[in-house]
Amino acid sequence: MTKKPRILVIDDEAAMRESLNDWLMEDGYEVGLAENGPDGISMAREKDWELILLDLKMPGMDGLEVLKELREITDAEILMMTAYATVDTAVQAMKEGAFDYLVKPFDPDEIEMQIKKIVEHKKLVLENILLRQKLEERYQYDEVIGKSNAMQEVFELISRVAPTDSTVLITGESGTGKELIAQAIHGNSQRCYMPLIAVSCGALPDSLLESELFGYEKGAFTGADHMKKGRFEMAHKGTLFLDEIGDVSLKTQVDLLRVLQEKKMRRLGGQDEIEVDVRIIAATNRDIKQAIKENLFREDLYYRLNVISIQIPPLRDRKEDIPLMVDVFIRRCCLEMNKEEVKITPAALKLLMGYDWPGNVRELENVIERALVIGQTRQITPDNLPFSRKQMVSEKLPDSLKMMEGMHIKRILDKNDWNISKAARTLDIDRQTLYNKIDKYKIKRG
Amino acid sequence: MSRCITIRPIGSVDQQILDHIAERISLRSGLNCKIGPGTKIPWHTYNKTRRQYNSKLILKYLQKQCTSDMLALMAITQVDLYVPILKYVFGVSQIAGQCSVISLNRLSPEFYNQPSNRDILLERAEKTALHELGHTFGLTHCRDRQCVMHSSYHIEDTDFKQPLFCPTCFELLKWYLKKKPCPAP
Repeated sequence: MTKKPRILVIDDEAAMRESLNDWLMEDGYEVGLAENGPDGISMAREKDWELILLDLKMPGMDGLEVLKELREITDAEILMMTAYATVDTAVQAMKEGAFDYLVKPFDPDEIEMQIKKIVEHKKLVLENILLRQKLEERYQYDEVIGKSNAMQEVFELISRVAPTDSTVLITGESGTGKELIAQAIHGNSQRCYMPLIAVSCGALPDSLLESELFGYEKGAFTGADHMKKGRFEMAHKGTLFLDEIGDVSLKTQVDLLRVLQEKKMRRLGGQDEIEVDVRIIAATNRDIKQAIKENLFREDLYYRLNVISIQIPPLRDRKEDIPLMVDVFIRRCCLEMNKEEVKITPAALKLLMGYDWPGNVRELENVIERALVIGQTRQITPDNLPFSRKQMVSEKLPDSLKMMEGMHIKRILDKNDWNISKAARTLDIDRQTLYNKIDKYKIKRG
Repeated sequence: MSRCITIRPIGSVDQQILDHIAERISLRSGLNCKIGPGTKIPWHTYNKTRRQYNSKLILKYLQKQCTSDMLALMAITQVDLYVPILKYVFGVSQIAGQCSVISLNRLSPEFYNQPSNRDILLERAEKTALHELGHTFGLTHCRDRQCVMHSSYHIEDTDFKQPLFCPTCFELLKWYLKKKPCPAP
């Protein structure tokens, strides 16, 4: 059985309050009565009301003043009532956000129709919210968001592969959310109660990566004054996420291949073989096939890792996901910042939709967070965005030609996932020249 | 003596209508119903500006006349009734209380410039009386347009519904009757 709506009556005349109370109770509504504006406002603060019947003419705080305050604190629809109907006050009340305007005494049929209209309207609003939540659930796989066909396919693949123990290779540009996909796979697998251990292979020098992955025995090398377990052991019975696998040296690739084949490993300096039951999820933003051609990546390891392949499209190829992502990021950030919910203006959204997002989802999330931090109003406008027309001139066009060259090279490198050969071809220079320029301008990834 | 529903005319009311309502209430609810002595309309319930009688004040007047042998007291009148917030009412009652009042004024076809028809008037009076009685026992409006507890704001609503409680309302009515407390003597 559905809950009957709650109706608050604010009227200074006791006879009006009582007769409305009795009449509304016959319909089973929950009714609250307030004899003046301030009482009504405090009752509106204390409880959720679907509808407020508010008298326009009251001593002290009049109905229009009460209406303005109520609009700030409640989502309830407000029906104004008065014995003195004038078009001006009716128009003013509607402008201030009243749902409609009734002249006392009411025609019973008229007020019943109004209440039904409001109840239906509120029901539709609620259904809309619920439907939206359902859609968002459908458009969200754990922390990964997307309603585009490409992302829906990714979600379907995740739900199919998650329960298995298959090795997964996730590919996609930097910032597309590869780690979130790995978390979603682990979180929906039978290993979800065991750890998900992540290693950022590209961030560590080769020797350090080896000791991180496999651990070491005491005395294995200078400074190894105690035994340390590696990430493989830490991920036993769980999942090991090898991020930036494309950046791993050929030597470490051999070691990895051995563990994947034999499901056993040795700590550095150790003699004993340790069995490890680990599911591997690897990720890269590099073109691995190209790396194989260039002899930078072992083909046999690639086939070991690429049992299931998940390709995450860059944000620029699925711009239809942007409004939904913006919505989710705004709500998430507002919640974290303890801020009232903010809306984005159509002009600002248009700017976001028109941008190419080289930094993908991560960049979009940062842009939204920045807009919420610097924006003081309840709206995100183009002025709050880093690539608004005004800021594009100041930020994107440096005066120095050298700086321009550096920025351009970085943009091309980012666009090619830092594939030096491809970037050099695009820039129409040779690889060595490109390396020289990277050094000269101190260009860094990310 | 078992407690029963008492109906009482306020002002001049056709005896045949009173008899019909009493008989139908007994038939539809299974409760005893008797006709009590008539009374004048209290003058203070009249509103000169609206040229109508304030039904809430009539209820208060009735409340003072309730006795312990009354399961419910229903007044029937020819005059037009209102409550302050509404232009008119066919009847009002104390929800889960004891008293109710119905007006025959807007139930007669002549009120709507139609030819006089006694059967229609009797049927409308029966439905209005059962409806207000239902409120007295605690029932609220029913969504079933044919149930006598469906709201009537226009006479067409009254004509559309049946002089019967739908199965749900009938069950609820029995449940409310069981738990209805005895009024203080």
